[in-house]
Amino acid sequence: MIAQLFSLTTLIGVLTAGIRLATPYLYATIGETLGQRSGLVNLGVDGIMLMGAYAAFFVTFKTGNLVLGLLVATMVGGLLGLVMAFFSVTLRAEQGITGIGVYLFGLGMSNLLFRKTLGTVETVSGFPPIHIPFLSDIPVLGPIFFSHNILVYGAFALVPVSWFLLNKTTLGLKIRAVGDNPKAADSLGVSVAGVRYFTEIVGGMLEGIAGASLSIALLNVFQENLTSGMGFIAVALVYFGGWRSVGALAGAILFSMVNALQLWLQVIGIRIPPDFAIMMPYVLTIVVLAFTAQRVRAPAALSKPFERGEG
Amino acid sequence: MRGIVKRFPGVLANDRIDFDVRAGEIHALLGENGAGKTTLMNILYGLYRPDQGQILLNGRAVAIHSPADAIRLGIGMIHQHFMLVPTLSVAENVALGLPSSRGFLLDLDVVTRRIRELSNVYGLRVDPTAMVWQLAVGEQQRVEILKALYRGADLLILDEPTAVLTPQEVRELFATLRRMAGEGHSLIFISHKLHEVLSISDRVTVLRDGRVVKTLPTSEATREELARLMVGREVLLRVERSPVELGDVRLSLKDLWAHGDKGVPALRGVTLAVRAGEILGIAGVSGNGQRELAEVIAGLRTPSQGQVEIDGMDTTGWSPERLLKHGLAYIPEERMRDGVVRDFSVEENLILKDHVDRPFASGIFMNFGTIASYADRLIENFDIRTPSRDAPLKNLSGGNIQKIVLARELSREPRVLVAAQPTRGVDISATEYIHQRLIAQRAKGTATLLISEDLDEILNLSDRIAVMYEGQIVGVVDQREATVEQLGLMMAGAHKV
Repeated sequence: MIAQLFSLTTLIGVLTAGIRLATPYLYATIGETLGQRSGLVNLGVDGIMLMGAYAAFFVTFKTGNLVLGLLVATMVGGLLGLVMAFFSVTLRAEQGITGIGVYLFGLGMSNLLFRKTLGTVETVSGFPPIHIPFLSDIPVLGPIFFSHNILVYGAFALVPVSWFLLNKTTLGLKIRAVGDNPKAADSLGVSVAGVRYFTEIVGGMLEGIAGASLSIALLNVFQENLTSGMGFIAVALVYFGGWRSVGALAGAILFSMVNALQLWLQVIGIRIPPDFAIMMPYVLTIVVLAFTAQRVRAPAALSKPFERGEG
Repeated sequence: MRGIVKRFPGVLANDRIDFDVRAGEIHALLGENGAGKTTLMNILYGLYRPDQGQILLNGRAVAIHSPADAIRLGIGMIHQHFMLVPTLSVAENVALGLPSSRGFLLDLDVVTRRIRELSNVYGLRVDPTAMVWQLAVGEQQRVEILKALYRGADLLILDEPTAVLTPQEVRELFATLRRMAGEGHSLIFISHKLHEVLSISDRVTVLRDGRVVKTLPTSEATREELARLMVGREVLLRVERSPVELGDVRLSLKDLWAHGDKGVPALRGVTLAVRAGEILGIAGVSGNGQRELAEVIAGLRTPSQGQVEIDGMDTTGWSPERLLKHGLAYIPEERMRDGVVRDFSVEENLILKDHVDRPFASGIFMNFGTIASYADRLIENFDIRTPSRDAPLKNLSGGNIQKIVLARELSREPRVLVAAQPTRGVDISATEYIHQRLIAQRAKGTATLLISEDLDEILNLSDRIAVMYEGQIVGVVDQREATVEQLGLMMAGAHKV
């Protein structure tokens, strides 16, 4: 059995699954990173993902149109991002509480809609793998890296795109400034509220896509609480990644690889209780966070509402 | 600016203010805290909207609704607390909010080149590629000025720009300001420091209680007159210090080392002694270990090495409670954080340190009658302006809150007093009062360690002056021999000259 664990097939299987599983984490983590760089904490990621997952699945199930499903999920995510921004930016509500509210709304609403519109667990045929001529045919590397569907590639493309946005554009400069010293940005005529609305809506869209990637690209089902806390892991990965795109990539990969490994451990029947196996990635997250938390510096204005004040 | 009125709930911050600035002029705006200087300038910069009145720029009425409007009209503002993003580079801070020559993409190389040009023209030395958190305070201020110049500011508002600078940096700043005025820029210089106003400005406008008291050419003004206009009565600018017989060493520090909040050593071998009846001033630019020094003595921070002795007893590592019973009084630098409880009443704040002891308590019960009469006595003795002893402390002005701290600490008849920034953010009249009290305490034989960034205060009150730099005492000089020049050099790290 141990030999089986170290065989090439196993290795390829684990790595391929690891890449695939990184997809929802990447979308959600980068979405949350954008918001946090501008100073907003959104704990509602998981709720937004659930709504995105449901919306994508339902539309695809009814119309058979995957692109339309993805689009609706993006819109639903953006809408919930807007709600989150309205509470935390315009009403200056406590962000942690607002986020939990959004999470519970997403969880409850997606359950309700699931029961009213679907009732049972159905399946759809999700985004198919894209065969890239030549690259997909390379032995070992082909299956690991080039046997995936469009949403997987999109997630990985998001890493350089978001890095470029944050570090090389005028908008990115505004986002970073607003997250670290909104007063300074305001004094230079940058609209703090405008920037924060933008990051939260775009972040919500990405979190909606994260949900869609589960329901119409990876698992191709929808059921109650499909994400089972992935959104919260994504929030943790933002801290793990030190609020950077590359860090988000490292975190998502590490986490999904361990996840893939524990799945394989169960599949090939290594004799450890499955509960322990399922725990592995979460325990790892806690351990890693405990050791990285002190090194990285959060945006200084994180979770603080901005108000033009006296002095 | 004509007839500007601005009300805040319960306060008339600006009452029909007329104010004008000429091209190429440095116009000082002088006033106590709360006189309305900053409010008026925030209106000019579009951060607040006036309730009445209008703003004319080059003879044309303008509406300024936001900083963006102000910037467009060529108005720049250097805020008292810098408006910089520490995690960004100098060039990024300058470029923030500006359209880029490459549209959506940043053009930091273009910005960097332009910053270098401006630096040369105005003598503002700064490296555009450095990260702002790495810069010294004086450099950060230059970045602020560059930001305004880069945006084409003709009118520059400087809100207490010298508060955080060493005397040398002040001189450099003044040279820059004169050069800018020479180039035709108009400057508004907000301050409550009289000598600075007299040395830099062309005209002075004095504000008091939200009104303009007088506008006069600086050449016709004197220190005494400006102080009188600001406060509304005669002010003693210098306290009388009668000679006091020095007693035994009351406070002795031996090779003290301690870590700062970031874990790096903030105190690196401090050795000092203060005798009864002596005020030892600690001068230095903030962040050179003064805060940590005060906290170590007060028992709030554990030293990593060395000894604190009070009255010959080794008190290193004692709890604050034990220290205060031993005769230590402490006026903390951050009075709102460490000195008082905002939501408690004046009365409760006055007995914070003694509330468990007789006569204020018997067992677990408090003696409210005793507390009330004690509070009334202190309020009267220390001239604390409060509606009543039950008023919540947070409604009082900074000067009165500081008087409460002072009253509480001094009425305990301390043998050793640590006073950290006792008059920071306190207006001239309260400062005058606090100074007199500290001197009176000295006459009673208290050993005082006075930590201040205000060199005038240090020179005014201290018998000896120790200068701190990077956690060490650079040198100790006698007050009679000390000069601002010499202290300034020592504050920048030069050894005793």
